[in-house]
Amino acid sequence: MSTMLFAEALTSALREEMERNPKLILLGEDIGRSGGVFRITVGLQARFGAERVVDTPVAEAGIVGSAVGLCLSGLQPVCELQFDAFSYPALNQILTHVSRYRWRTQGKAPMPMVIRIPCGGGVRAPELHSDSPEAYFCHTPGLTVVSPSTPADAKGLLTSALRSPDPVVFFEPKKLYRHLRGEVPDGEHLVPFGKVRTAREGSDVTLIAWGAMMEIALAAAEALATEGVSSHVCDVRTLSPLDEEGLLQAARVTGRVVIIQESPRNCSVASELAALLAEHAMYDLKAPIKRVSGFDVPHPYYSIEHHQRPDCARVVDAVHRILEA
Amino acid sequence: MKPGNADPADASLPEGVDEALALELYRQMVFLRIFDERALVYHRHGRIGTWAISWGHEAIQVGAMLALKASDWAFPSYRENKLGLVRGMSPAHVLAGCRGHPQGWWDPHQWRLGAISIPVASHVPHAAGFAWGERLQGRDTVALSFFGDGATSQGEFHEGANMAGVMNAPLILLCTNNQWAISTPVHRQTRARTLADKAAGYGMLGVRVDGNDVLAVYQAVSQAAARARAGEGPTFIECLIYRAQAHAFPDDPSAYRDDTEAEQARREECVGRYANLLMRRGLLTEELAARYREEFLAKMADAIAEAEALPIPGPELAFAHAYERKTPALERDLSELQRIQAKQGTR
Ligand SMILES: Cc1ncc(C[n+]2csc(CCOP(=O)(O)OP(=O)(O)O)c2C)c(N)n1
Repeated sequence: MSTMLFAEALTSALREEMERNPKLILLGEDIGRSGGVFRITVGLQARFGAERVVDTPVAEAGIVGSAVGLCLSGLQPVCELQFDAFSYPALNQILTHVSRYRWRTQGKAPMPMVIRIPCGGGVRAPELHSDSPEAYFCHTPGLTVVSPSTPADAKGLLTSALRSPDPVVFFEPKKLYRHLRGEVPDGEHLVPFGKVRTAREGSDVTLIAWGAMMEIALAAAEALATEGVSSHVCDVRTLSPLDEEGLLQAARVTGRVVIIQESPRNCSVASELAALLAEHAMYDLKAPIKRVSGFDVPHPYYSIEHHQRPDCARVVDAVHRILEA
Repeated sequence: MKPGNADPADASLPEGVDEALALELYRQMVFLRIFDERALVYHRHGRIGTWAISWGHEAIQVGAMLALKASDWAFPSYRENKLGLVRGMSPAHVLAGCRGHPQGWWDPHQWRLGAISIPVASHVPHAAGFAWGERLQGRDTVALSFFGDGATSQGEFHEGANMAGVMNAPLILLCTNNQWAISTPVHRQTRARTLADKAAGYGMLGVRVDGNDVLAVYQAVSQAAARARAGEGPTFIECLIYRAQAHAFPDDPSAYRDDTEAEQARREECVGRYANLLMRRGLLTEELAARYREEFLAKMADAIAEAEALPIPGPELAFAHAYERKTPALERDLSELQRIQAKQGTR
């Protein structure tokens, strides 16, 4: 085991997989000499050259669209989009081509690419630098959508993404990059997709979260423990397709579920999770499922963004309400 | 050699620029310069957030804005975050925005200024549509959109420019070619010889000016505006400068470039150069220049105090404007949040 920052875990996955697989090529804005705005690709251009770690024009549709062509030519592109909301100019390419090339070619032309997207708020960023856009991608068949919450998972899930035969949209909670440090297994480390992680065992209530919200879920579990409430905390990890069995099991452990997400609620991943549990675990539930989420407003100016991001108080309150139910 | 008033010894004022305007251009440039210098200090103190600096871009921003009529509209990007000052907005208002305070946003109709556009080039089609709409309604308004060299790589730049050409919109596409898009030099954005060359592809006139020369910028924009008003359609203006500072604060240019070019650019910066010209013409003295600086420094000190004194609003404001009328779900969410926050004694 070694201890690393979340950001370093991502860098090490990229470096090791690039060593292993000469077909991997990184493209994005400012990822070369400067190592990207979050320094995730730092040192990689020096190591692998400017033809494998490519500074592109400021053109997200061009980056992802050309990645489609790179895949067709036999390479495996890894696109870095600079911030969450700057995935929107690329949405057309992702939704109309990346996600369905395999399907429309009867499996003859898969799209083994990874699209890395720093996501989420809480870092006092300007407008459109704090979005949590995962739902757009989860709504689109053909994409695998993943978000890690620990350095070990950052490395293990990214490594799996880099080996995935299907396109993976990989959400990196930017608040964790240099804020979270943790142990990462040495040597090859893969975390399979489609497997939830139990972050804490408990018996009274199940908290389900992912990415940056795991920190809030665990803090709420701590706070609840001081009141004698025992929380089972489940990290979704793969947002699409979901680990349905794992989620149902986590819900059944306690029969009371609170889902925590940073993004707005309407038609979101939390909505899908709640529907899944309602459909398949209805009779194991002792209370209505609760969602604690961002509100259905644009992510606010940073002086008031703390109202938008779920916090410990809101989670604890939701737990109290379903314990009373 | 760059086009424009490149020879500082040529101290003549172009047609349409009288002495009062010549001095006003200078005053506004000094105001923007001081704003930037102070904002950088406030950023370092942690009193404002990310600061997209435009130190050295004053000739472009002021020259272009003063060449427009008060009724014309401009569409800024993040780099033109303090453009409102030229229209009379208070510096406290602008600083509030830098503090992530909702008060920092403005009514576009009041200032004839689109909202700051964060996604690169995404406002170019807005300016095209606005110009087109004004023309459809029989008004002689001109729209000007600011963007950088990197923006010309975006699909939305192309679509906006193309649309403006097809619709013969009274639009000025003002490209600040400061040679860098964060760490990416302009030759990684385009293989075109100049960005102004792109204009031909849209059937519009493309011109290049020295972006350190406020009079040249003023003249180019005036001419483009006159053409637009005369029904001759859009113009693409490429203003050439060099980004002498970081992309924004925080950003460390030493990670991707050697500072010698930037150092050279800092020596050629537009405010000092224009001051020399005005002094040679006897329009400006050292004393007057010093007086302006003092005046604006005092204004900035008051402005930061005013911006810092603004009470941070509660969550109501985030809920207030997503829709014209709050949805029932938003009403419920807000009262739930207020209940929890009251219980916690947090806000
Ligand atoms: C669509 C989009 N992609 C990426 C970014 C991140 N970003 C902010 S500024 C910038 C560089 C833009 O350079 P340029 O257009 O030359 O303008 P400058 O910053 O030099 O004024 C980038 C890539 C963004 N704001 N919007």
